[in-house]
Amino acid sequence: MSETYAKSAVRALEGDMVVAEAMRQINPDVVAAYPITPQTEIVQTFSEFVADGRVDTEFIAVESEHAAMSACIGASAAGARAMTATCGAGLALMWEVLWCASGMRCPITMAVVNRSLSAPLNILTDQTDMMGARDAGWVQLFAENHQEVYDNALQAVRIAEHPDVLLPVMHGLAGFVLGHTLGRLEILPDDVAKQFVGQYKPSHSLLDINHPTTFGAYDHWDYFFEHKRQQWEGMNNALKVISEIGQEFGRLTGRYYGFVEPYMLDDADVAIVIIGSATGTAKVAADRMRANGIKAGVLKIRCFRPFPPQALADALKGRKAVAVMERSSCFGGETSPVSAEVCSALYQRSLPIKVVTYIYGLGGRDTVPDEFCQVYRDLLKIVDTGVAEPIFRYLALRDY
Amino acid sequence: MAIRLTEICNQEDRLAPGHRACIGCGETIIVRQVLQAIDSPVVAASPTGCLEIVTSPYPFTAWRMPWIHNAFENSATTLAGAETAYRSLVKQGKTEDRGIKFVVFGGDGATYDIGLQFLSGVVERGHRLLYVCLNNEAYMNTGIQRSGATPMGTWTTTTPVGKVIPGKRENRKDLTAIMVAHHIPYAAQAAPHAWRDLMTKVQKAVAIDGPSFINVLTPCPRGWRYDTDKTIALSKLATETCIWPLYEVIDGDWKLNFRPSPKRPITDWFQSQGRFTHLLSPENKHLVDEIQAIVDREWDRLLERCKAS
Repeated sequence: MSETYAKSAVRALEGDMVVAEAMRQINPDVVAAYPITPQTEIVQTFSEFVADGRVDTEFIAVESEHAAMSACIGASAAGARAMTATCGAGLALMWEVLWCASGMRCPITMAVVNRSLSAPLNILTDQTDMMGARDAGWVQLFAENHQEVYDNALQAVRIAEHPDVLLPVMHGLAGFVLGHTLGRLEILPDDVAKQFVGQYKPSHSLLDINHPTTFGAYDHWDYFFEHKRQQWEGMNNALKVISEIGQEFGRLTGRYYGFVEPYMLDDADVAIVIIGSATGTAKVAADRMRANGIKAGVLKIRCFRPFPPQALADALKGRKAVAVMERSSCFGGETSPVSAEVCSALYQRSLPIKVVTYIYGLGGRDTVPDEFCQVYRDLLKIVDTGVAEPIFRYLALRDY
Repeated sequence: MAIRLTEICNQEDRLAPGHRACIGCGETIIVRQVLQAIDSPVVAASPTGCLEIVTSPYPFTAWRMPWIHNAFENSATTLAGAETAYRSLVKQGKTEDRGIKFVVFGGDGATYDIGLQFLSGVVERGHRLLYVCLNNEAYMNTGIQRSGATPMGTWTTTTPVGKVIPGKRENRKDLTAIMVAHHIPYAAQAAPHAWRDLMTKVQKAVAIDGPSFINVLTPCPRGWRYDTDKTIALSKLATETCIWPLYEVIDGDWKLNFRPSPKRPITDWFQSQGRFTHLLSPENKHLVDEIQAIVDREWDRLLERCKAS
């Protein structure tokens, strides 16, 4: 490559620290946050930055996650760049005001250190929290590794504040697996990171007393629908903006981002579609299958909201069977949140690919390469027999 | 700032006429009194409720000033976010310091009940804002349901007067005292008939570099069941019966602002509103006696507190 990239520092940080470090560089005007395992290190570390005067941020140590989001909405409406971070139960407690944030077009950004939802109580990772918020009008990104945690945190600000989008962004990272483990990553110099995220220029502000604005008006049947449509447009526009900013970030760092990331997929017969930190394990499994002459590949989804059906269909076109890995417990559908999107994308484009769904890794259960290899072997059997049933399966689950 | 009626009358109201409040609504009277008392730019917030829906039916707004509604429970925190943003942006030189005051107008349901945790957090953290509770003693927007501010014996649609239960069985909580227990620099009770007292309290409250709370009794013709021209008369009667004492607590010092002479019996209060009609029946006399005893006890305790300070 002929391009010259910004000179970055190589660091080893825990995932939560990566988020805090990105927040330090972003230097938001207001952070309102509440501690919850396994997100706590973000709040603690950022509090130290505030206490040491390393950021200009006013930090509000609120009394709940609902209050965290409520304060962020007030701050954002007042024209501030506002951020928070949470996970699991905290995201669930925020649920009502997630919709207020997006409906009021507040470009708040939030790291979600993915954690399961009670009951039973479990503090470890799965993606049920963000899947529960998937329809709340927030852009949703997921990271596979520490580098992506950092890169998503910076890009999230640009995506959210883009005038064609003006929607909040949440970006997920696996609790403990990424949040509490050390990972290698490259961190941009502060000035380069600051330059990339730029200044927030709000179109309206609660503090603009010369142009008084009513925020959060009561909307009846006569306008509510049109306002929701505008939100839909913002979400659709996000597809273009996410792509543009992913390219701009690539020109800066050498790390280009899109909606999905294919791995060994071009000639693959069987593929795993997956989100988040277990992608690396699936890649190892694909390598092993390839070593045995099996054409196996992986498609990682980075951007779940807005969902990128065309990118997904383009990547999966020509595969014979696909396993959608679902790390969430969303009950009652024929498949699952991710799988339903995949099936829709393929069906609408008349791609005759067999699709099965595997629920895996709930409540922090580790998934090892052998188990993904078994998924590939299951897919090969489906290809051989032409029979996909059962289309809903559990991976590495004890059978009582 | 001295409060002169002639000046107030010549001010442009920051809450425009033409809003959709009921005839005789106490809320909009009080909101105008509060805003007229403040000689600075104001950014306000309201929770979901009567005031919110009557002032902001899109595409109209009655607010000639910045105003935000977020959800039902979180107005204090929403405005605390805006207030924090203001401090941050001023500190960084990103916006000019224009002496903006921040005021929440929340009903008793949003304040005593669903939003209590949010209010508590905001006060404990010392955000510089005034929280005005428009206390009409029930959830009026949803149709007169009981709240933690509803006094004992009151008829509401969720404390109906039935064959075995005569209205609300529990007494209201003392939210003003709860705010005082937060070591809030300024807390007060007010009522709209005592407009000069109310506006003076607002001026004291917004002058403070920290949180302040004013609990304002807010007569509601629909919910209290009275004729729409009696709003101010009932506000006065509430103070004369000691149902709603007027006082202020400045840095923990209690001060009584009005001492009725003579103190009128609560039967006068019960006779004035349809929500208490059942209490006038002979079989409920024991209830009236019990409530009178509670009112007397609370009044005596208040006098003690004011004497001690």
